[in-house]
This record gives sequence, structure tokens and C-alpha cells, in this order.
Amino acid sequence: MATLPQHLAELQAEIETYASEYGLDFFTTIYEVVDYRQMCEIAAYEGFPVRYPHWRFGMEYDRMMKSQTYGLSKIYELVINTDPCYAYLLEGNSLVDQKLVMSHVYGHCDFFKHNRFFSHTDRRMIDGMANHATRVRRHMDRQGVDAVESFIDVCHSLDNLIDPWLPFRKPKPARREPSIEMPIHVGRITSGDHERSYLDEYINPPEFIEEQRKRAEEEREQRRKIPPRPERDLLGFLLLHAPLEPWEADVLGIIREEAYYFLPQRQTKIMNEGWATYWHSKLMTTRALRDDELIDYAEAASGVTAMAPNQLNPYKIGVELYRDIEERWNKGKFGKQWDECDDRQLRDDWDLGLNLGQSKIFEVRRLYNDVTFIDEFFTLEFCRRNRFFTFTENRRSGRHEIESRDFKKIKDTLLQQLTNFGQPFIYVVDANYLNRGELLLAHRHEGVDLRLGYARDTLRNLERIWRRPVSILTTVDDKPKRIRFDGTEIQIADEPEAWRVS
Amino acid sequence: MISRIEKDHRRFREIVRGRIRENLRRYVSRGDMISRKGKETVSIPMPQIDIPRFVHGDNKGQGVGQGEGEPGDPISEGEGEPGAGKAGEGEGDKAVEVEVTLDELAAIMGEELGLPRIEPRGSQNLETVKDRYVGLRTTGPESLRHFKATFKRALRRQIAMGTYDPKRPIIVPVREDRRYRSWKSEPKPQSNAVIIYMMDVSGSMGDEQKEIVRIESFWIDTWLRSQYKGLESRYIIHDATAREVEREVFFSTRESGGTMISSAYRKCAELVEREFDPSNWNIYAFHFSDGDNWSVDDTAACIRLLRDTLIPASNQFGYGQVESPYGSGQFIKDLRAAFGEEELLVTSEIKTKDDIMDSIREFLKGGR
Repeated sequence: MATLPQHLAELQAEIETYASEYGLDFFTTIYEVVDYRQMCEIAAYEGFPVRYPHWRFGMEYDRMMKSQTYGLSKIYELVINTDPCYAYLLEGNSLVDQKLVMSHVYGHCDFFKHNRFFSHTDRRMIDGMANHATRVRRHMDRQGVDAVESFIDVCHSLDNLIDPWLPFRKPKPARREPSIEMPIHVGRITSGDHERSYLDEYINPPEFIEEQRKRAEEEREQRRKIPPRPERDLLGFLLLHAPLEPWEADVLGIIREEAYYFLPQRQTKIMNEGWATYWHSKLMTTRALRDDELIDYAEAASGVTAMAPNQLNPYKIGVELYRDIEERWNKGKFGKQWDECDDRQLRDDWDLGLNLGQSKIFEVRRLYNDVTFIDEFFTLEFCRRNRFFTFTENRRSGRHEIESRDFKKIKDTLLQQLTNFGQPFIYVVDANYLNRGELLLAHRHEGVDLRLGYARDTLRNLERIWRRPVSILTTVDDKPKRIRFDGTEIQIADEPEAWRVS
Repeated sequence: MISRIEKDHRRFREIVRGRIRENLRRYVSRGDMISRKGKETVSIPMPQIDIPRFVHGDNKGQGVGQGEGEPGDPISEGEGEPGAGKAGEGEGDKAVEVEVTLDELAAIMGEELGLPRIEPRGSQNLETVKDRYVGLRTTGPESLRHFKATFKRALRRQIAMGTYDPKRPIIVPVREDRRYRSWKSEPKPQSNAVIIYMMDVSGSMGDEQKEIVRIESFWIDTWLRSQYKGLESRYIIHDATAREVEREVFFSTRESGGTMISSAYRKCAELVEREFDPSNWNIYAFHFSDGDNWSVDDTAACIRLLRDTLIPASNQFGYGQVESPYGSGQFIKDLRAAFGEEELLVTSEIKTKDDIMDSIREFLKGGR
């Protein structure tokens, strides 16, 4: 790999100094200058130089090359969460652009290093990905490209079915214990005195014993169930329980590992981009910018935070939120007194001169993810000031129209979009459904139906792994339904009631 | 580094080809693809190439936005991601539009329909070879010696050897310094195939019939073009009289006269005689009509023309009959009765758009 040209290396040293002075703390960052084809390639591989072979990357590449060629979009920068942190600069960008990108990158690097949702990610994922690629290639050599590739298709179709909280739980034993019949203890009290056996009926009343027995049996039933309680890590579950060939298990494991690796980035999109934008703006405007670069910088920077009316720009909303938090904590606009004050004038003039803003935003970037970030800091005032609204599609004209500017509604919609990064909640409920070895999933319905055509195809794919009929409980048009695929056809049946997490 | 993504990219293209093949019948029977034709490529919408997942369905177009406006105001559709979009964030359900070249499309169609490759006739004498001097080599006749290159070589050698004296700049080339012009023979393909399309535009041919003709001739065109370099096409329309027209006119005109098919055949025969010598040209003639000819006498004239002039001259004469609510459809029966086993005359009935594929196969399966 080529070393960085002299002038960029100097730039890097300069900006790194500014970033450190502001308290950003990052992994060693290595820049590489690539041309736009390479940039598209790396972007198609989600930032990594080597991935396992799959047509999906080719499709992404195709799309990006096209939109780049037609000038629809341009990838300015790319940085990955590894230690050392690799970042790519686009060859032929102007010096101001490169400055901006570098400043932006240090924001990301700092975020990767400190945000707690990244704390469990493998920082040596470049090697990880390369190893995965080697393993997949080896399977392809042995099993044939088509077999492996179509199996990867199947895995991809399930790769959003993972549990975001799994990395934070205590690891479970990898294998479940051999199933031994649990003896049923009914808690009978023995008097130890044969003479008084007539008392037994009073000490241990039959109804009580019966109740005890029932409870114990239920518990045993529960324990015997696989999984004991509904589980969200479907990929992990399949690894343990599905009848997989060794190579299939390996491929599935690879897909799962990578899905978990990319998860935090999807959980912290707004925060991460907002943080990077906050810092490039700060570093550039206070330190790095030269007078004659101002116009170019302004144009590039405004492109980053440009808004489309029907689309939220994570860069924009993120950076605005950080700035709002900074200001509020500088002026002390938080806490009980602030919350209870409803005098407009007082609130406007509120300034306790605390100057806690900087330390607060550093704390926020450490502890929050997008959902909690919005939940806590998206305030009524922020919402008003930034002119948020909800929109909805007008059925007649097919156009989107502003629906309302009601704060609660806006925030609810926002949170709904972000919760579980916009993915439905799917649980594995029973691996021995109907006592026939069928797999039962359930969808926790939060107001939005599943996309049915996709759900059907996903079930087909799942059946290929499970090799027995698979079903999912869900709700369609407010009616509880069960969709089942038995290997030949899809059936949709009514269910007595909607499924809930117990 | 690049080769890896190119492998994946190629794999993606293969999958796309596979998809097109699976759905070829649908694409063929739909006319909208033709209008999508760029210079050499066609882009095909392909919605189903996405990977299915459990995802949320239609949330009634709801969302959160930012900006001015009152409730009820329409908002303009935003254009994609902002400038510095990070890659791979699109989780969307956008239909993928794939571009394929016409050659590729023809190949797919050929494979799918099992069309044989066409053996051209009389092509040798039409492929002219042109010699061009393109480079240098170390051997050759003295008449082709390249003086400048030889001199430069010699100069370079003498400088390297230290025998060059700037004060007495004498250059003496030796055998190894000599350079000679070399040439390459480039075959220059000349167009040696022509398609002559004839269409009945009499009052009984409605828009739907024309659409069928349009689609079918597009595909025939695509296939034959992939087989010959520099294919020419000519267009003749006729009702009671025939005339040669431009391509655009061919597909858009609607006359409203009676129908005398012989007029078109006569025109076609004239055209062949005037411009396309059958011994050198591969001639394909296709005639589309609703089969409602004016009179028995005219039909007899047509048969005579076909037997004496057109069929001997062409690689193949195709007659496609589209069904029209007004026509009797008699002509195809007359042709079949008259020619029976004649191989070079291919007839095909196209009742609806769905029959287009089969009709194309009928026309082209002979490989002539």
C-alpha cells in the first residue's frame, strides 16, 4: 500500500494535533488515497479490502459506480471501526475537501473507540473479514460455488434476525445440557412420625399437592421447551439447533459474526454522523481553515448537512442535537428547576453559566445510542426551532404532505423509525411446534405489518435451513395470522389471538 | 485488488442474465422495453433481485421531515442521499435497473429460444481486407525501411556505445538498427444482410396489431443484428398501394385504404433488384398483415411473385399474420395451400402479444 503523499501526511499531523487538543481520543488512523473505482469497491465491501465472494457486493458496486458516473452521488470518505482505524480519501479531491474529510474521520474514530455500543466489536475485523473470505472460498472449492452462494443468499435473508443486546449479556453455555428428566418435587412435608400418618391429609392437603405438582410440571415443560423463552438471536439459535452440514454451520457463523459486527453502526447512525459533523465543523472553523478556503469549505459543509424535505439527514439532526445539548448544559438548561419553569421569558434568558457543555457531549457520545439519544434530547424546543413535521402520503395524489407539527407525534414517529433500527421484532418461540419439530417464529407487532411478499420468501429460505415446516405468527390488517411454509406451499391461517412476549 | 470486485460484479451480471432469461417471455410481450432502447443498451427494471427479509411493510408513507410549511402542504420529493453519504446505508426497496447491451439480449434470446446461429451466404466476397501500416518490425524489404526510426535506433546505440561525436555527427546504422514498416490486414466488414419489413397499414390494422408488429420486428431485428455486422433494414408499408418509408413512419402510419398485398411484394421485388443482389446479400423479408386481401386475383399475383422472385432471392421469407377483428385471415391459408412444404417461406399466426415469442421462434429456428 502506498504511503500518503507528503502534503497529506503533513495535513494529517496538523489535524490530528487539533483533534487531540480538543480532547478527541482515537485509535491510530491510517489514511489511504484511492481513486473512485477503488472507493466504490471498498464501499461495496462495506469498508473492507477483502470480503467473501458474493454477487451482492457486485450489485452494490454496480449501483455505486453508476450513481458516481452519472454524478448522482459521490463518496467522500470512508472509515472503518478497527484498530488501527483505516480511512480512505478520494484521489483528486481538493485540499479543503481532504481537510474536511480528515477532521470528520477523527470524529468517527473517537466515536468508535468510546461509544459503549462498539465496546464489544472486534477491532481486528480486517483480519477477521479476510479469514472469513478464505474460509468461504475453501467451502466453494469443495462444495461448488453455486451451493455455497445460494446458501449465503439464504443466510443474508435472515441476517437481520439477531439480538442487539446479546453482546452485553453473560454468555450462555454453548450447548444445552443433556436432557435429564427433572424429578418432580412437590414439597410434601413429612412429619417423620409413622404414628401420625393420619395427620398427613391435613399437613399436605391434596389440592395443595396437586397444585404443586402442576406448577412443577409446567416448569419442567418450560425447561424442556426449546428455546426456554422466546429468543431474538435466530442465527445463533439455528447454529445450535438446525440440522446443518459442517460447512453450512461455518458459513452461517460467519454471516452472524459479521452481522453483529455491523450492528452498532446501525444503532448509532445519527449519533456517529452527528458527532463527526460536529467535529469537522469545529476543527475546521476554529483551527484548520485558511482564509482563502472559506467558500469551498462552506459549500462542502453545507452539502453534508443539506436537507431533503421528506428525508431526515442523520448528519444534520445529529449535529444540531449535539450543539443543542452543548448549549443547554453550558447555560444549565436542565434538571428539575428547568423542567418545571414554564415562563417563556425566563426560559429564553436562562443562563446559569455552568459551562458543562463540552463534558456533557463527550458523556453523551459514550453512553447513548440513537434511540436513547432522541428519546432524551429531542425536546419540544428543539423540535420547534428546527421546524420538524410529520408527513404522510396523500392517497389521492400519491404525494407526500405535511401532516402535523405536533411534538408528541413527531417524536413517536422518529422513535418508531429508529427502534430496532427500523427492523421488526422477530422471536424464535418454539423449535418443536405442534410436537412435530416445526419451527415457530413470532413477530411482535408494533403497529406496522410485515411486508408479506418478503415474509413469504424469507420463510422459504428459513425452511431450507430448518428442513421442517416453519411458521411465523404475525398480524395482518389487525387480524392475528399464522403464515406457514411446509416445503411446498405457503398457507396463511387465522389465529385466535395476537402473540405477545410473555 | 480490483479483480475481486470484478468477479462479484460478473457474478451479479450472470444472475441478472439468468433473471432476464426466466422472464424473457414477459419482457418480450411487453412493448415498453423498446422505448427504453438507448443507443446500444436496454435497461430493464428488475424489482425482485433484492434479498427478502422480514421487514416492515408499507407504513402508509409516513415519516418525519424538516422545513417550512403548513399541515396539508405537499412536500417535494427529495433527491437521494446528501453529498457525503456513507456507503452501504441503503436498506431500501428500490427496483434495480440493469442495463444490458442489445448483443447480450440477443444472446439471451438465442439461448432461450434455442435459435441456431445463422450461416451467412456469399459473405466472403463482401468482406474486404484493408492493409494498414501500423507499426515497426526488425525485418522487411528495404523498400519499406523506416528511415527516421532506423536513424534514431542507430543514434541511441552510438550514444550508448560512446562512439557518437557531436562535432562530427555521423550516424552509421548497422543491421540491428534497421526498422521496417509493418502492416496489419484488417477485415472490413461490409453490410451484407438486409431485412425488409412489410406491413399492412390498411384500415383493418388497429393499434394493437401494429404494436405486435412493432415488438416482433424489434426482436427479429435484435437477433439478426447480433448475427450480421452492419445489418440494413428497409421498411415498406402498403394498403392498396405500397411505398418505402422511414422506420418511424413504418410504425406510426395508419392509412385507411383497401388491401392489395401484391403491391408490397412488387415493391419488395423492385427493391431487391435495384439494390440487393441476392448472390451477395442475405435477404430477409418479413411481411405482417391481418390476412385480409382485396381479391383472389391479387392473392394469385402474390403467390406468383413469391414463387418466381422473392423466395428464390431471400434467405427466408416470413409472413406473420396478426389477428384483427375485421379481417377474414384468409391469406395465410392461401399461402399454406400454395406452398405447403416450401422451407423458405415461414408463416406464423400471432393472435396476442403472448404469441410473439413462439412466432419469433417459428421465424428464426431455421437458422437461414
